[in-house]
Amino acid sequence: MGSGWVSPSEAKVLNHRVIRSDTRAMEWFLRSSAILVALALSAVILLIVGASPWDAFALIFSGSFGSSAKLAYVMTAWAPMLLCSAGLVVTFAAGLWNIGIEGQVVMGAVFATGVMQALQNSLPPNAVLLLAASAGFLGGALWGMFAGGLKLYGNVNEIFGGLGLNFIAGSMTVYLVLGPWKRPGIGSTSGTEPFSPSLWLPAFKGFQVSPIEVLIGLVAIVLMAVVLRGTYLGLQLKAIGRNQRSAFLMGIPIGRRMLFAFALCGGLAGLAGWVLVVGTSARHNLFPLISSGYGFLAILIVLLANLSALWSVPISFFFAAVVMGSLQLALQRQLDSSLGGVIQGLLVLSILMMQGLRSRLLPSKKR
Amino acid sequence: MDLSILIASVLAASPPILFAVLGETITEKAGVINLSLDGSILLTAMIGFVVALKTNNIIAGFIAGMMTGAFVALIIAFVSLTLHQPQVATGFVLTLLCRDLAYVLGNPYAHVPGPLVPHTPIPGFMDLPVIGPILFDQNPVVYLSLFAIIAVWAYLFKTQPGLKLQGLGERPAAAFVRGVYVTRMRYVYTLIGGALVGLGGASFSLMVKPGWARPYGIEGTGWIALAIVIFGGWHPIRAAIGAYFFVSLQTAVNLFQSVLPNVPTQLFPALPFPLMILTLLLVTIGNTEWMNRFLSLFPEKTQRLLARTLKTLQTSPPASLGTIFKKE
Repeated sequence: MGSGWVSPSEAKVLNHRVIRSDTRAMEWFLRSSAILVALALSAVILLIVGASPWDAFALIFSGSFGSSAKLAYVMTAWAPMLLCSAGLVVTFAAGLWNIGIEGQVVMGAVFATGVMQALQNSLPPNAVLLLAASAGFLGGALWGMFAGGLKLYGNVNEIFGGLGLNFIAGSMTVYLVLGPWKRPGIGSTSGTEPFSPSLWLPAFKGFQVSPIEVLIGLVAIVLMAVVLRGTYLGLQLKAIGRNQRSAFLMGIPIGRRMLFAFALCGGLAGLAGWVLVVGTSARHNLFPLISSGYGFLAILIVLLANLSALWSVPISFFFAAVVMGSLQLALQRQLDSSLGGVIQGLLVLSILMMQGLRSRLLPSKKR
Repeated sequence: MDLSILIASVLAASPPILFAVLGETITEKAGVINLSLDGSILLTAMIGFVVALKTNNIIAGFIAGMMTGAFVALIIAFVSLTLHQPQVATGFVLTLLCRDLAYVLGNPYAHVPGPLVPHTPIPGFMDLPVIGPILFDQNPVVYLSLFAIIAVWAYLFKTQPGLKLQGLGERPAAAFVRGVYVTRMRYVYTLIGGALVGLGGASFSLMVKPGWARPYGIEGTGWIALAIVIFGGWHPIRAAIGAYFFVSLQTAVNLFQSVLPNVPTQLFPALPFPLMILTLLLVTIGNTEWMNRFLSLFPEKTQRLLARTLKTLQTSPPASLGTIFKKE
């Protein structure tokens, strides 16, 4: 298998074409019709389960933007998605499918929790938070490098290596929560003992979101955009993603750069894990499934953004709104909360189709 | 416990993963990756169960599952073969989408009792010593799964169309010159593979793990099936051995669970995954550079033995897997 299994040409999601102005109108037409198709298909699904589409969409909207409290809640989900998207932009640029991102989020949360449990009684809260953040970054980075190492030194495709590591990280949390880190008295899968409020990220009064979590996410995105656009390192990563062989011939140390990409993405995902422990809407403890699927969602976000770091910002905000809004469907209409996932999935699928149609309808003029 | 009963229970539990693995092997042999298995197995399991429940007809359930699997495969084929979008991206999106669709659409049918595949021992043969209870005291789906292994193997390696199928995955350009409609035939085999995956999904919900629930409890199995295809070196019989090995392991874990009550049971479901990484490592490590260097440290005899073992385990994918064929 090795690199042949997922051919480097798969990294063609990368292909940015020069779009001429006369085709730009067509571009927008196709893009908006893709969104409409996705919404129409979602409406069909809603009709099948016996719900009124209009009512459901309105609920999702009011559940995410209906009040300032809900908007704040959306922003707390936005932060970890931003961090994961920032990381994935890097691995995708290098042509890597970092499906192990879920496990990297989990390991970030595990490392952060470990540091906080060890130091919470001996150091001032801010120092503990800062050390926990570094530990989270480290945990995610190590887990990412594990997947990268399996690929480089064992020829195990990163999709399967990463996926296996996701499940291993998940069962590690179960073990910790039920075993060494169980709550005094009761060991249940509901999680470890919650941390004291002094170890929560400080939030605005009346607008329950911490500026810290959102800022870290935005800074990460901007940094990654700069790294990829304006640095030699970013150029090297993109060269690897486009054509590994010619990157090798150019003298780029492919293995080291790939490991670096895995470590960076894993580190940012680990930071997202830290946010999920200390953030405003967090449960402030470690529990199984703490990653909440944000890592996988970020893969969809970055695909939808056509691998652009900056486009991931609005798209991840939209995804966060859909996730939070569809919780209302479960609470108020007894529908399954996975409906949000269906809408997001349909959206990415129809955008993929639109991209294909575009290249069919508007053949590039180079030929 | 009686060994023959144990083997019989492994055979009875294996059709879902076996069908999925055989289906994916066909698809990938033709050069197309259907990465959506983990989602499409769930979706086809749910739809197979619901259709069987509503029509009160098991066969209708299986057919619905197969059609759903083929439909998901059709989307992958269309987006990648016709629209030239990346297969892995499409497959991954469909993995998540099908899973969520299964949860949403299956919501009203969770924990509802429904029809089951009847047990049909073959009279006369079932009383044979040892092989009687193993082979002839089963149900039709198990018989079909055993037949499917042989049929897929024979088709791939012993027939003219099977050779052409291999050509699609190895050298599509050469197949094209020989008069094979590459894209059209890839469509056909992707759909057939998807239908087999759907058959696997339906045999979960109508037989091995009756009914529907959220979570259904087999999440992750699709990824295992994809890994078994690699472990099986894209060869149906070796892949079937991989599938049986996996199911035996699951059965063994279930047995241990009752023997070792102190180990938290929540850990057991994750057990296959480290194993998946290790087996993949085993089949791919032979062609890494450092392994060859490492082997050269041993005396020549051991070196040759080790190298040969790794070589036997080693597998390589169809040469044009995941690429799109365009005639110039």
